Amino acid sequence: METPIAVKETGMGDITHSLRSIGIIWYREILRALRNRAMIVSSLGMPIIFLFIFGEGLSPSMGNLTRFMGGGADVNFIQYIFPGVIGMNVIMASIMSGVSVVWDREFGFLKEVLVAPVPRVAVVLGKVLGGATVGMLQGVMMLIFAPLLGVRLSVGMVLELIPVLFLLSLSLTSLGVAIAARMRSLESFQMIMQFILFPMIFLSGAMFPMRDLPAWMDFLVHINPVTYAVDPLRQIVLRAQNIPEQMLAMLPQFGLGVEVFGHAMTIQDDLMIITIFGALMVVLAMWLFSIRD
Amino acid sequence: MKIIEVDNLVKVYGKGKRALKAVDGVNFSVEEGEIFGFLGPNGAGKTTTINILCTLLLPTSGRALVAGHDVVRQQAAVRKSIGLVFQDPTVDEQLTAEENLLFHAILYNIEPASKRRARMETVLKMVELYERRKDTLKTFSGGMKRRLEIARGLMHYPRVLFLDEPTLGLDPQTRHHIWSYILELRERENITIFLTTHYMDEAEFADRIAIIDHGKIIALDTPDALKSMVARDVITVHTADDERMAEIVREQFGLDVRRNPDGRGFSFKVDGGAEFIPKFVEQSPVHVLSISLRRPTLDDVFLELTGRQIRDEEVTDKDRMRQRARMPVRGHIAR
Repeated sequence: METPIAVKETGMGDITHSLRSIGIIWYREILRALRNRAMIVSSLGMPIIFLFIFGEGLSPSMGNLTRFMGGGADVNFIQYIFPGVIGMNVIMASIMSGVSVVWDREFGFLKEVLVAPVPRVAVVLGKVLGGATVGMLQGVMMLIFAPLLGVRLSVGMVLELIPVLFLLSLSLTSLGVAIAARMRSLESFQMIMQFILFPMIFLSGAMFPMRDLPAWMDFLVHINPVTYAVDPLRQIVLRAQNIPEQMLAMLPQFGLGVEVFGHAMTIQDDLMIITIFGALMVVLAMWLFSIRD
Repeated sequence: MKIIEVDNLVKVYGKGKRALKAVDGVNFSVEEGEIFGFLGPNGAGKTTTINILCTLLLPTSGRALVAGHDVVRQQAAVRKSIGLVFQDPTVDEQLTAEENLLFHAILYNIEPASKRRARMETVLKMVELYERRKDTLKTFSGGMKRRLEIARGLMHYPRVLFLDEPTLGLDPQTRHHIWSYILELRERENITIFLTTHYMDEAEFADRIAIIDHGKIIALDTPDALKSMVARDVITVHTADDERMAEIVREQFGLDVRRNPDGRGFSFKVDGGAEFIPKFVEQSPVHVLSISLRRPTLDDVFLELTGRQIRDEEVTDKDRMRQRARMPVRGHIAR
């Protein structure tokens, strides 16, 4: 018995039609996110626990995180995990909106999209851009907690954060779509939460400094793309906390930043890694989506 | 003109020992403007065939043309010329009726906006949902959602409208309503309608019916011609001693007797049933509890051809589970 090879859609077809389709798929994601008040509120629950209970609770025991560097600056645990928790929120929102493709499949809506005369490439791009926009907004929303936690904000910092958040969200939504592209059941959902989402968040340096970690954990932290997503957020936030320039450069040596083979990662380095990762994921998602059974 | 041509279509799921032949060498064609029905029990291969015709699945072998386009090699052209209403709802409940149609219109490249708006109004008015256009679908009943899906399927002036079990799970009144739209549609838009169903009464609306079982078409004709295959009336009898009475009918009248699947009573076919009944009751040595006469239906045609009743398999355990699992979820988890 002969099984036909998978047939793939090629090209973008009519460009304006494709762009309009990307736009409407994006618009649907935004509408859904805005209409879902319950989700917006519940998305604040986890970060509140992490910032106000976990963060405030551990902060006194952790003390000044720069004391190993001989003092000269004061970085407390809250300031350290604040960008981490922003990252966590963005990651959850992005991966979830990527994976929501499975929901669309379960509730039938995906069929409506898949039988439409629109290239799969456009479908994936619309979905990814929509998820990224929602993820970015979820990250920006976190900033309202900053004054309550004694984290200093500046206009420059916020303006710097927004595009970075969008980029992070874009690549993680793509990861979500890629995961969901061939997934058929809602049960797999739980599994993704436990085996992908939580490990990625906890092994990214978002929740604790990466100082003197066991070798295996250090390895996992370094191959985790989320590490490079959280690092630029932390650098941007810490820079706004009145820390002397020469000390900022030293943070990675003390586990308060990421070092790869002795090289302290700059924001540009991180963004490059995240962009490459995101691009790979988008292509993977498009490819997985274009296979017909 | 033939709008759908299917040539020796085969679809096999899985490989090796676990392979399942869902569609097993199906051949048929549909004329433009026709209402063509696929009738068969669940799992007969109806939905698989539709999914191949609408480019969602690849056939294992064979060929299918829709509006002159090959479903494997000319996907985009096929998709533009068809409208679909699936078994399960495919609307977004978080969006309004209008937003759902707008989404569809953009994906099907209905431009400019003025044309889009006009068409939206026409189809919404046709299914009597124009007044509800600003409401989110969460507030719609099952029948309203199905009507909206029919409207949506028509938005882009398709040449063929596929309806996969269009009235599944709806109450009789709503089913009736939906059928009046479908019949009106043919009058108005000269559209070809391809539908699958396992409701016999629905199949009667079709111009021609293909009866499908285990992935094969076992009969294809007009409803009347199919029924004439089993021209005789069906008499169902329930007596004090079915065992003995069935034997008597078999021997005295030389008729083929079939026990009812539920174990109560038996049935047989006879010409001139109305005259037969008094004779039968008079001669019966055992007490007759009930007796009924029925003109042949498509159900009987199916029974004649396969030895089974379609309804036996109407709701499988899997369906029931799916229904149960989905109902509460739909309202609460929105994403």
